[in-house]
Amino acid sequence: MDIFSAKDVTKQYANHKALDKVSIHVPENSIFGLLGPNGAGKTTLIRIINQIIAPDEGELRFMDRPLAHDDIAMIGYLPEERGLYKKMTVGDQAIYLAQLKGLTRQEAVKRLKYWFEKFEIMAWWGRKVEELSKGMQQKVQFLVTIIHEPRLLIFDEPFSGFDPINTNLLKEEILSLKEKGATIIFSTHNMASVEELCDEIALINRSRVILDGTVRNIKKTFKTNTFEVSFNTYEGMLQPVLPPDFEVLSESRDTDHRHASIKLPAGATPNDLLHAIMPLVTVYAVRELIPSMNDIFIQAVTQKSTQPATQN
Amino acid sequence: MKKILLIIQREYLTRVRKRSFVVMTVLGPLLMAATIIVPIYLATRTEETKKVAVLDESGIFYEKFKDSDNIRFHYLVSDLNSAKNNFRKSGDDALLYIPKPDVNLPSNAILYSESSVNINVISYVKNVMSKQLEEMKLQARLKEYITDKNQALPVDDIMRSVKTAVDINTLKIGEDGKESKSYTELNMVLGMFAGMLIYFFIFLFGAQVMRGVIEEKTSRIVEVIISSVKPFQLMMGKIIGVGLVGLTQFLLWVVLTFGIVTFVTGIMTGGDGKKPSTTQIVQQQKALSPASAEMIQKETEGGSGGMGNVMEALNSVNFPVMIGSFIFFFLVGYLMYAALFAAIGGAVDSESDTQQFMFPITIPLILSIVMAQFIIRDPNGPVSFWFSIFPLTSPVTMMIRIPFGVPYYQVALSMVLLILGFLGTTWLAAKIYRTGILMYGKKVSYRELWKWVRYR
Repeated sequence: MDIFSAKDVTKQYANHKALDKVSIHVPENSIFGLLGPNGAGKTTLIRIINQIIAPDEGELRFMDRPLAHDDIAMIGYLPEERGLYKKMTVGDQAIYLAQLKGLTRQEAVKRLKYWFEKFEIMAWWGRKVEELSKGMQQKVQFLVTIIHEPRLLIFDEPFSGFDPINTNLLKEEILSLKEKGATIIFSTHNMASVEELCDEIALINRSRVILDGTVRNIKKTFKTNTFEVSFNTYEGMLQPVLPPDFEVLSESRDTDHRHASIKLPAGATPNDLLHAIMPLVTVYAVRELIPSMNDIFIQAVTQKSTQPATQN
Repeated sequence: MKKILLIIQREYLTRVRKRSFVVMTVLGPLLMAATIIVPIYLATRTEETKKVAVLDESGIFYEKFKDSDNIRFHYLVSDLNSAKNNFRKSGDDALLYIPKPDVNLPSNAILYSESSVNINVISYVKNVMSKQLEEMKLQARLKEYITDKNQALPVDDIMRSVKTAVDINTLKIGEDGKESKSYTELNMVLGMFAGMLIYFFIFLFGAQVMRGVIEEKTSRIVEVIISSVKPFQLMMGKIIGVGLVGLTQFLLWVVLTFGIVTFVTGIMTGGDGKKPSTTQIVQQQKALSPASAEMIQKETEGGSGGMGNVMEALNSVNFPVMIGSFIFFFLVGYLMYAALFAAIGGAVDSESDTQQFMFPITIPLILSIVMAQFIIRDPNGPVSFWFSIFPLTSPVTMMIRIPFGVPYYQVALSMVLLILGFLGTTWLAAKIYRTGILMYGKKVSYRELWKWVRYR
């Protein structure tokens, strides 16, 4: 079941179209990556989901009914451009923001105390925000985003400004939120974290969705039947012995071995490759080269053909 | 609705707890009290005696004006023209002319002088005249009842029916003997004061709204908040919250100033025989005939003691209307302008960028203050009318006009237009605000703003 879906959402600004018939489906209890280069329209889409701005056209559904204003109590949003009132104390501020999400004061205090203990930041409760470092502020912001236990969480670049230790803490928290049943929409430029966390993605470029689906499937389609072989012989020895439609893409060497990336023709298997080279060289390792999300991102975005290569 | 209350609460509490608020709350009344007390103190010390010539054509006020501590009266038997011609040579400070009424009793008089007339003189003359007239009317009414001894005396009714307001025009006699109106009347002071107050309130707290919006924008908290509440709720919450802060400060100022002034003047009168103006008026009234003194006593008993005397001096002003419309124009005027200030705050990135948008907002406000002199001179002319009808200038201008007496339909029209103006600016501001608060690092032009207004 989809917890959230958008169908043919279009948003026109005076000078440009921020979103052009964008459709996404966010399955319940998944981590959904919303990717795209700067200015592609990700933030516009996120703001539409949060009902900060209204789309010109298109349909938005939340938990199998049209998205309504009261649904914001079930959505938590950590914007990319985020901050806190500098002159307010951390505790007062957290209570205020929790109350705005519909919690009663007592409930807000109770839950905040729990989370502050858990994050070991209880000592900051009475301090003013301007006395905190940026990383500390980010922690507080993360807490107030999840304090009302929303069904759907939207994180826009959540890791920016965090050190590696806190990044890990945050990742673990995100995964445990998913375990508790929440759905997370996750927008980032950090492709490593996408591979680590996301179940599904949608890639937006120039106001359109150009790629979407599960991370597994997308990787499968972007595979090029390329293998890396580690062996032991002289340079330039391989190509002559290979069948003509096998292509050596690159060769390199380290202190122990020589490595080559070889693209196989459609239908050929690594066995065919080994068969061809084993009589000549000693093979130490063979592995399939699976494209990283980073490669896929760059490839999809730089492809000049604007034809959306969608699949599901 | 609950959320907007939360926002109001936060805006209010964070501001009221600030040190600057406390400092302002204490310093304001001290300054204001000083501006009230110092002139009184100086006046009581160096007050020179005013000589007033009385030319009474009605004949009923002869010998009724008793000399007070610093006003000396003498009576002329002459006609107005020669009295005016002789005025400069006579060494009198003012010439009081009471014309012969066509019917009934006279109810107006003209006070000629070379320079502005002291308000003390005006209120003293006014008092004497209205007491005298009331006494005469009272005697006439009582005579009617005395003939029929069985009839109960409707005291309240009589008291009400004899109440008389006296109108005194002050005219200046220039070097060339020409007359021009002078404007030292309390009406004017009152109107100007109310107008200025609204002007400052709008500027001071409108700017606070703007700064608050900019703060939310630069600290980047705004997007977090508008994912919980609608931008409009955030904007209105801020406007109302800051407005309440202003009202709180204003009320504290009034109460504290009043407290300090009464306290200090109390010490001054108790300490050494120097008499501040409030006690002067009381003494002046004691110098009147015993009957009228009694009447004053009765009238002031219901009121708040010493304040009653001041009220007496302000007899000609319709206070319920004045106070009612002050509160209305004060609040709605603020709400209307605050929305515009919020829109500016939303459109810019920092306070230094606000200049170009502040201009069109401050122009009508400043203009209505600049025009105040003109409006006082001609409070019912066409310019005054239009300025007091147009929503952006009406809060200040109407308050200046009201003490002079404005037809009710005009006040009502002005109020309706002001409410429409408030709705209009709020609608416009909400559109600009909503888009602006999400825009960073962009210099905004008027064309850009217009585009925002048209977004869906």
